[in-house]
Amino acid sequence: MIKIQGLIKEFQVKNKDKKTVTKRAVDNLSLHVKPGEIFGILGPNGAGKTTTIRMLTMETKPTLGEIYYNGESIKKNPLEIKKLIGVVPQHINFDNDLTVGENMELHGRLHHMSSEKRKQRIQEMLEFVELGDTINRMPRSLSGGMKRRLLIARSLIHEPKILFMDEPTVALDPQVRRRIWELIRALAGKGTTVIITTHYIEEAEALCNRVAIVNKGKLIAIDTPEAFCKSLGRITVEWDDVDGHQYQFFESRQEAAAFAGTLEHGAHIRRTNLEDAFIELTGRKEGV
Amino acid sequence: MLQDICTVFWRDWVVLKRRLPKFILSRMVAPMLYLVAFGWGLGRNIQVGSGSYLDFLVPGIMALNSMNISYNSLTPLCTERIYHRSIGEYIIAPMRFNAFIIGKILAAVLRGLISSAIIMILALAFGANLNITPLFVGILILNCVIFAEVGFFAAMKMDSYEELSQVNTYVLLPMSFLCGTFFSTRTLPEVLRWFIDVLPLTHTSYLLRGISTQSPVALESVAVLVVYAIIGFILGNKAFRDQLK
Ligand SMILES: Nc1ncnc2c1ncn2[C@@H]1O[C@H](COP(=O)(O)OP(=O)(O)O)[C@@H](O)[C@H]1O
Ligand SMILES: [Mg+2]
Repeated sequence: MIKIQGLIKEFQVKNKDKKTVTKRAVDNLSLHVKPGEIFGILGPNGAGKTTTIRMLTMETKPTLGEIYYNGESIKKNPLEIKKLIGVVPQHINFDNDLTVGENMELHGRLHHMSSEKRKQRIQEMLEFVELGDTINRMPRSLSGGMKRRLLIARSLIHEPKILFMDEPTVALDPQVRRRIWELIRALAGKGTTVIITTHYIEEAEALCNRVAIVNKGKLIAIDTPEAFCKSLGRITVEWDDVDGHQYQFFESRQEAAAFAGTLEHGAHIRRTNLEDAFIELTGRKEGV
Repeated sequence: MLQDICTVFWRDWVVLKRRLPKFILSRMVAPMLYLVAFGWGLGRNIQVGSGSYLDFLVPGIMALNSMNISYNSLTPLCTERIYHRSIGEYIIAPMRFNAFIIGKILAAVLRGLISSAIIMILALAFGANLNITPLFVGILILNCVIFAEVGFFAAMKMDSYEELSQVNTYVLLPMSFLCGTFFSTRTLPEVLRWFIDVLPLTHTSYLLRGISTQSPVALESVAVLVVYAIIGFILGNKAFRDQLK
């Protein structure tokens, strides 16, 4: 569906001596996303997730590397590809001079939807995110969570085949977050390909068929959440001693229990999760 | 392409429609002051060529006003780009970038023409003699297009509203006064005059005044304006594409 080859993005930034230096935000990224899957990009802040999404959605040009949709380079026919995609950006980007309804209408018009279809889909999507009564309000009068839900509603108006979601559940209540997870699963069930970035590990674990772990612009590993846990060992023993917080991974509960019995201090035995894999692979806990 | 131009224009029309009475009222203030101060107050004692100073002045005011209005119609794009980031919706949409630029320019032309119509009515109320022809309107549109493009370019390149208002202060304001709007450039020192005569607003002023007073029209001036409009479009397109860097 989507194939990325050797993607690099560099920015010219000023350092503290006011000299212009080249900063590599995405460093030689290659991966592919299969049709209909929920593909997660997991990484700490500054890992290059947003930059990657922006290149995939053609908001910014790669410094080097290729992106293919269905085997065709995005350079060849960008407008045809743009018709297929929907985007939930990380940063709220409504037009502040238009009402909620007008913002939605602008989106429908930009996607060449007929007037009836537009009206129907806008109503449907607003009701889905429980914002049906905000249609005549200005976006700036909405709460942060409402704006995020509205971003999601807007991205779906034109029924995209491929949906990019850049940290879509940041700052949302747990209930709303779960509703959005359900929505994403339902979309994937109907054949929509979803590419979602997150720094919430439980989100990637709960939702994604496969996860790419990225750090400092580089791809660290790519696999299913289960495979990540399996490769470490399904069971984790956690304990504290004089050297600080410790972990060890085991194939089975028996082995873990046997090991825990040898420890002087009490230990906690639990199932290995994606967070463990993430910490093992990125070697850093800060920012997560 | 046409559909996308309409979409971009639609957005600006929705915004303008909501503020139309305010827009019209605020656009009356500056031209009214010019007419009172220079046309009525000062102008009664001045003779320029055969006609009255008011007849000389009105085309100049229309030129400078359409410049200011169309420029400032597109400068809000700067905040839409940097703070609201709402430009992103157009960049990811299946739309040619030129459709965005053309739609925005047309919206600026509409604003420029509305405010020109206001001046025309005011000027007639002050007793000016005006000869408005299709060519006159065409030149006015061309002038709006050029300065809409300047506004578009500035909004894409400048990083703050402050920088944008500096363009107003250091570029548009001097042009407002010097480009044959309030007085003929023939009285200016040679070097300055050579410089001023290259600027687009000078050509607009002379063309509008020529048509309005039924004097022969300098076709070179029309050509100069067309060249400015084309260069402005190319630069605007490039500035928009640079957003993808
Ligand atoms: N437009 C830009 N100009 C300069 N640096 C940028 C720009 N966009 C992103 N970066 C830098 O690239 C790195 C990756 O950023 P980003 O893709 O936003 O990461 P993430 O979304 O994973 O938090 C960061 O160090 C960020 O500062
Ligand atoms: Mg990000």
